[in-house]
Amino acid sequence: MIEIVLGERCIACDKCVEVCPTDVFVRGDDGVPLIARQGDCQTCYLCEAYCPVDALYVAPAVHPLPAPPDVAELTEKGLLGGYREQIGWGRGRTPGARRAVGPVMPTTSQVIVS
Amino acid sequence: MTDLDLTADVLVAGGGPAGAWAAIKAAESGADVILVDKGYLGTSGATAAAGTGVWYVEPDPHARNLAMASREGLGGHLADRSWMARVLDQTYANMNELAEVYRYPFPVDADGRQIRRGLQGPEYMRRMRIRARRSGVRVLDHSPVTELLVDAGGAVAGAAGHRRQHDGSYRVRAGAVVLATGGCAFLSKALGCDVNTGDGALFAAETGAELSGMEFSNAYAIAPAFTSVTKTAFYAYATFHHADGTVLEGAGSLKGRSVIARALLTEPVLCRLDRAGEEDRQAMRLAQPNFFLPFDRQGIDPFTQLFPVTLLAEGTVRGTGGIRLTGYDCATSVPGLYAAGDAATREPICGGFTGGGSHNAAWAMSSGTWAGRAAARHARTLGARATGRPVRGAGGAGLRPGTGGRLDHREVVEAVQREVLPYEKNYLRHGDRLTPALAALDETWIRARQALRADDAAAARARAAAALAANARWMYASALARTESRGMHRRDDHPGLDPAQHHRLIAGGLDEVWVAPESVRNAAVAS
Ligand SMILES: Cc1cc2nc3c(=O)[nH]c(=O)nc-3n(C[C@H](O)[C@H](O)[C@H](O)COP(=O)(O)OP(=O)(O)OC[C@H]3O[C@@H](n4cnc5c(N)ncnc54)[C@H](O)[C@@H]3O)c2cc1C
Ligand code: SF4
Ligand code: SF4
Repeated sequence: MIEIVLGERCIACDKCVEVCPTDVFVRGDDGVPLIARQGDCQTCYLCEAYCPVDALYVAPAVHPLPAPPDVAELTEKGLLGGYREQIGWGRGRTPGARRAVGPVMPTTSQVIVS
Repeated sequence: MTDLDLTADVLVAGGGPAGAWAAIKAAESGADVILVDKGYLGTSGATAAAGTGVWYVEPDPHARNLAMASREGLGGHLADRSWMARVLDQTYANMNELAEVYRYPFPVDADGRQIRRGLQGPEYMRRMRIRARRSGVRVLDHSPVTELLVDAGGAVAGAAGHRRQHDGSYRVRAGAVVLATGGCAFLSKALGCDVNTGDGALFAAETGAELSGMEFSNAYAIAPAFTSVTKTAFYAYATFHHADGTVLEGAGSLKGRSVIARALLTEPVLCRLDRAGEEDRQAMRLAQPNFFLPFDRQGIDPFTQLFPVTLLAEGTVRGTGGIRLTGYDCATSVPGLYAAGDAATREPICGGFTGGGSHNAAWAMSSGTWAGRAAARHARTLGARATGRPVRGAGGAGLRPGTGGRLDHREVVEAVQREVLPYEKNYLRHGDRLTPALAALDETWIRARQALRADDAAAARARAAAALAANARWMYASALARTESRGMHRRDDHPGLDPAQHHRLIAGGLDEVWVAPESVRNAAVAS
């Protein structure tokens, strides 16, 4: 679930408010979005993909964590903005789609490629 | 009072791939088009979050024949080759259009040829949004439809809904409506699927349309425990284990998935992708970066460490049941109403089994294309009458309650989930468990009909809850009617295939649910 909106990075562009499919955010008084409906978050990571300054973090758990993860640690591990980087979004990056050549799958699995 | 009152030739409900293609193709046919989405055109729906392999097969007769034959048995011989051939043609055209016109960045092989067999979700749907806007489609995001509008003769003439970020209602009167609202995954938190609450099926049924194949609605996908990422392909590299580390015999990502389900009833199941070689591992990362999100973020190396897995319900999203179509134009039995993508039945190309695997993505773009064009044609034949007709709302449960009490949508959702999520009820089906589950769902429906209500802002939630209940009832009524095992529908009490049931099951009704057989047109295929 969405756990972090990093106020000091956020440029108040409203992108996450706009793109979140389940309408989790609302714009805060200072322009920084608030996580208003965390329970509706479907853990799809798309807000992260759209945030231009890597100010969001979606934890993989589908329920809220007891406390938000440590920002310094996330930064160190390259997890803030990691998904955006992997799909190659952002200036100067190659779209991940361009490099998406999958492995040659074991034959039994040809039926299910999802 | 409606805060925003609009008219269009064609209204498309849903902005996943099916709705996006429908809107673009309707606009390219000259129609004035509005697309409304519960979420956001570009990020909403199963494809945007997940990405898809696509049934893209070169127009070589041998390859096409193999492609068509590959799934007929798995699907229980309920598919139809004429539909498959048309979908293969249309998908080929659309994928090429994506490459050549939409400039989708497909990867290239060693010979420099583009590989057009897969689409990364965020990239694909971002481009579809741009394309829709360029085609002149008007887009309303965060605007869930809450009901269809019908004219005096019962033809569909638009839809009404709520703009949740503007806190106001809207209404669109239109010549034709395409329902592309996706399938129904019962709010299981499977990847990208919480917007897919089966709303379209409810709306369609309220105007008198039928469903088909609702027994093929028990897709369960593997995910690392407590996460959302139901990407299953790479589990072909997995071995599954008991908690003590011994191998769980017979477990696998495809045929052995029910073994996992049975084990999960009583014990945790652990997994490791230890059958992937070093080269595979690199390729997997590039192909599906989202597959690795739960691992990287939990500090797990899935290739060397055991991790617990779960199975999440994907209902009709990777099932095949949905709104019944009456022809290649993706019309329904109600004039003015068309359906596409997961909202519609995918039996014409998959029969009773998909599990994803390219067909659904191909179906979404093909059926979307056809529904969009047909809706534009239909609107044109109506001329000025299209938007001048007096209309009324067709919505029932959750919008126009009876008199008794006040029921919260959350209660309805929980009551439905109790019956449809457990593996022993829905995945490992048995008449003795389906019968009481259906009775409980009927009870929930009656209560919802009476007392489920919500103010404007929550109206869409109430309708989604009602839709879950309606979909669940068609699903179990159909599952009980099919007293055999065919496609993904497996009955513990009827394990064999019964040649006498080589037909599709259609279903419908709201307060009274009914199920009836429909003979398969393609009778040449033996069962
Ligand atoms: C994890 C995962 C992996 C998959 N992988 C594959 C694969 O590899 N190959 C394959 O072929 N298929 C795959 N599938 C299936 C595929 O994603 C779907 O078949 C496809 O997304 C269907 O497209 P759609 O447009 O019909 O529905 P969706 O993409 O689900 O879009 C439905 C849209 O309707 C909107 N909506 C819902 N209700 C309303 C309402 N009341 N009003 C307005 N809008 C509404 C939603 O917000 C959403 O935008 C996968 C599915 C999942 C979950
Ligand atoms: S992960 Fe998805 S649902 Fe959750 S806040 Fe981000 S965009 Fe919204
Ligand atoms: S997308 Fe990022 S920068 Fe923009 S408002 Fe959201 S958190 Fe702030």
